[in-house]
Amino acid sequence: MNPSLPSIPLSWYLLLSAVLFTLGVAGFLYRKNIITVFMSIELMLNAVNLSFIAFAYQWRQVEGHIYAFFVMVVAAAEAAVGLAIILTIFKNRATLQIDDVDSMKL
Amino acid sequence: MDTVLFIVFAAVAVACAVNLILQKHPISSALSLVGVMGSLAVLYLLLGAEFMAVTQIVVYAGAVMVLFVFVIMLLNTGQETGGGKSWFAQVAGLPLLLAFIALMGLLICGPLMPRLRAVQFGSWHGGTARAIGRAIFTDYLLPFEVTSVLVLIAILGAVVLARKEID
Repeated sequence: MNPSLPSIPLSWYLLLSAVLFTLGVAGFLYRKNIITVFMSIELMLNAVNLSFIAFAYQWRQVEGHIYAFFVMVVAAAEAAVGLAIILTIFKNRATLQIDDVDSMKL
Repeated sequence: MDTVLFIVFAAVAVACAVNLILQKHPISSALSLVGVMGSLAVLYLLLGAEFMAVTQIVVYAGAVMVLFVFVIMLLNTGQETGGGKSWFAQVAGLPLLLAFIALMGLLICGPLMPRLRAVQFGSWHGGTARAIGRAIFTDYLLPFEVTSVLVLIAILGAVVLARKEID
């Protein structure tokens, strides 16, 4: 490894993960399209995965990768079911705006 | 070299994430999300997680995003009409988000965190397919098998939800 180049501290990866997670929360809060909200959730899951893998590097343990793998599997399953729900909502209501689907709102 | 790679791909990831929440059309958001996932895969590689980097590309950027794009194309949604945000999100959303990111930064850079390593590409090879497979099929066999049941349930749920009424 070239010693003249400074290497990146792991905290930068964690900060990037926090920034991505916050952007995901912002998208979740401010967007009105159900599909975009759903994609914001995927963004949050990805940010958490980056944290898992960064900590796996910190402790030199493969468990972090396993957890990230399970998060990925659950996210894939969630995407399948969630998109089926979105299809059903669109079939029944012909809209994808979150504000139009508020039957369960108090 | 890995400093340059980190900075470039972290910038791409953040730019794509910002683009995701700014774009009005869902298909642009989906492409931005693919960008985020691709650059995250590079960062996984830098952290020595080879298997996870490939899985990220294949499962996320491949399968999940294709599903998203299919649904967007199928529903042909068009642009989102700007609706009124709830008063709570309008008033407290941005301050709370800034407070959250400040708290996370404080936590990560503060004294509570143990001494973090400097990342050097190639200094750890724990994330190979061999190591992951060994861990999954020995120590984590039960969670792995339970996951298969979960995926089966998800498939059944998706089929039941999206089926056409026959009668």
